[in-house]
Amino acid sequence: MEAKVFASSQPILSLRGISKYFGGVHALEDVDFDVYPQEIVALVGDNGAGKSTLVKIIAGVHRPTKGHIFFQGQPVEIHSPHDAQALGIEIVYQELALIETRDVPANFFLGREPVKGRLGIFVDRRKMVEDTVRTLRELGIELPYLRSPVRYLSGGQRQALAIGRVMPWGGKIIIMDEPTAALGVKESRRVLDLILRLKEKGCSVIVISHNMRHVFNVADRIVVLRGGRKVGDKKKSETTPDEIVKLIVGADML
Amino acid sequence: MPVLAEERATQVLQKFFVFWDRVGILLAFIVVFIMFGALTPVFFHPINILNVIRQVSIIGVIAVGMTFVILLGGIDLSVGSIVAFTGIIAAGFQVKWGGSLFLSIVVPLLIGGGIGFLNGFISTKGKLHPFIVTLGMMSIFRGATLLVAQGKPISGMSPAFRFIGAGMIGPIPFPVILFLGCVIAAGIVLKRTVFGRYIYAIGGNEEAALLSGIMVERYKISAFTLLGFLSGMSGLILTSRLNSGELVAGQGYELDVIASVVIGGTSLMGGEGGVYGTLIGALLIGVVSNGLNLLGVQPYWQMIVKGIIVIFAVLLDRLKRRFRTT
Ligand SMILES: Nc1ncnc2c1ncn2[C@@H]1O[C@H](COP(=O)(O)OP(=O)(O)OP(=O)(O)O)[C@@H](O)[C@H]1O
Ligand SMILES: [Mg+2]
Repeated sequence: MEAKVFASSQPILSLRGISKYFGGVHALEDVDFDVYPQEIVALVGDNGAGKSTLVKIIAGVHRPTKGHIFFQGQPVEIHSPHDAQALGIEIVYQELALIETRDVPANFFLGREPVKGRLGIFVDRRKMVEDTVRTLRELGIELPYLRSPVRYLSGGQRQALAIGRVMPWGGKIIIMDEPTAALGVKESRRVLDLILRLKEKGCSVIVISHNMRHVFNVADRIVVLRGGRKVGDKKKSETTPDEIVKLIVGADML
Repeated sequence: MPVLAEERATQVLQKFFVFWDRVGILLAFIVVFIMFGALTPVFFHPINILNVIRQVSIIGVIAVGMTFVILLGGIDLSVGSIVAFTGIIAAGFQVKWGGSLFLSIVVPLLIGGGIGFLNGFISTKGKLHPFIVTLGMMSIFRGATLLVAQGKPISGMSPAFRFIGAGMIGPIPFPVILFLGCVIAAGIVLKRTVFGRYIYAIGGNEEAALLSGIMVERYKISAFTLLGFLSGMSGLILTSRLNSGELVAGQGYELDVIASVVIGGTSLMGGEGGVYGTLIGALLIGVVSNGLNLLGVQPYWQMIVKGIIVIFAVLLDRLKRRFRTT
């Protein structure tokens, strides 16, 4: 009990003074960013504001040019997606990162295939199929053709698969980069419910979205990026969609 | 109306390609096989058949390795030069440097693997297309072969060494056993192991594989190393069979090898295909070469025919992608 109280008073993840330069492009400039336990943080901003870059730094895809990352108070270096997974950070990429030529179970377990036998090199194909079917059913995701290549799935089905496959790994922080971009109304609702359920289960969620309705539906806190800088960090209870939109585009433009 | 007609045509094409993926290559092989048999009576003679499958094995073991590299979306043009270089090293150990059977087998295999490793290492770490790296290696090791041999073939292997290329186990030539062993092992590795699945994943979408925490560079280098090793094995078989390390050994093999893989249905774009197709592809190429020989067709024409077959196979793969349902 005590540990829990202590934990929730301090961020599970802290970024301090993060800058990221791609050659001459300053994608991020001196950004501080915190995530607290069991919190849903919405990350918003215009196209090119640096949202994906920020979460990719957390996921170990990019190394920050400057700045430090702290996980549960300890300084950490996240060199690869592997490192991030080891810390309990799971991400659904904006570009989905699916292998179009492979089937659903192969994508579901990509990079984390269960093995069998003493050598530890043979893939446990049956477990892959069974676990995939079970997890998708639990999440209410219906995919018609499990055994044919993912390229035959629709955009929404692919997005559902990309979201579904990060669920079984017990991540403490789940990041979703525009998870509802390709989804219809009903499917979007399902993803928002899923985000709320993840919070109930004790996860923290970082969600990127351009949809203010979705953002205000689920988020506890809203962080706004503009031109690579953090220009807003508001509790939902203390702000309005209007204010957030102004922060996104820059108040002087209205 | 024209739209409907076009749609129909697309459907027919799709059906054809699904069919072709399953049995098309096998069917083509059987047709060619019977055709040559009808045209030249000696074609079906057991001695000729043995000759064909021996020749196929020499190309085939390389094609098994090439299947891994092409599945990754890579290519390797240096295989023929690796055959020559490892062959001349094997012959050197047999004839000039003490005659140790052990060294004349192990050193060439290690060198083959080493050259493959370099191909993989330079192209991944240097972010260069393997086409250009292996083109350079092709020249380097052809030159190195001439250097080591000092311009003359090295002949006269020991009987034990000659077994590799010319020996029989029961009615089956030893190289054929080596080749089939490679095919079966590669089939299991590609379908059932983590390594094999990552080869497909990387070839299907390298970026996604990377984002999923797969050590892409390591697997690429491994695949090139495996191909180099198998090219070394082919060098041993060829040198043993010819009883000589030849300066021009393996020249032009890259075409036969790549043709075998592509005819076998493995996509040059990577990510799709497999080694059983390569087996049929290698047999098809071997039968065409042998049949044309028996028919007395000049070697120049053979080169032209093979070139046309390769381009046709790649075109078919392109069409397949275009007309696939999405
Ligand atoms: N790998 C890269 N190399 C070079 N520049 C990059 C790279 N990734 C991102 N950028 C640049 O960094 C800036 C921020 O991009 P980012 O993808 O983080 O934006 P975003 O907020 O996610 O936008 P969107 O809403 O369109 O997804 C852009 O100017 C982009 O062009
Ligand atoms: Mg983005």
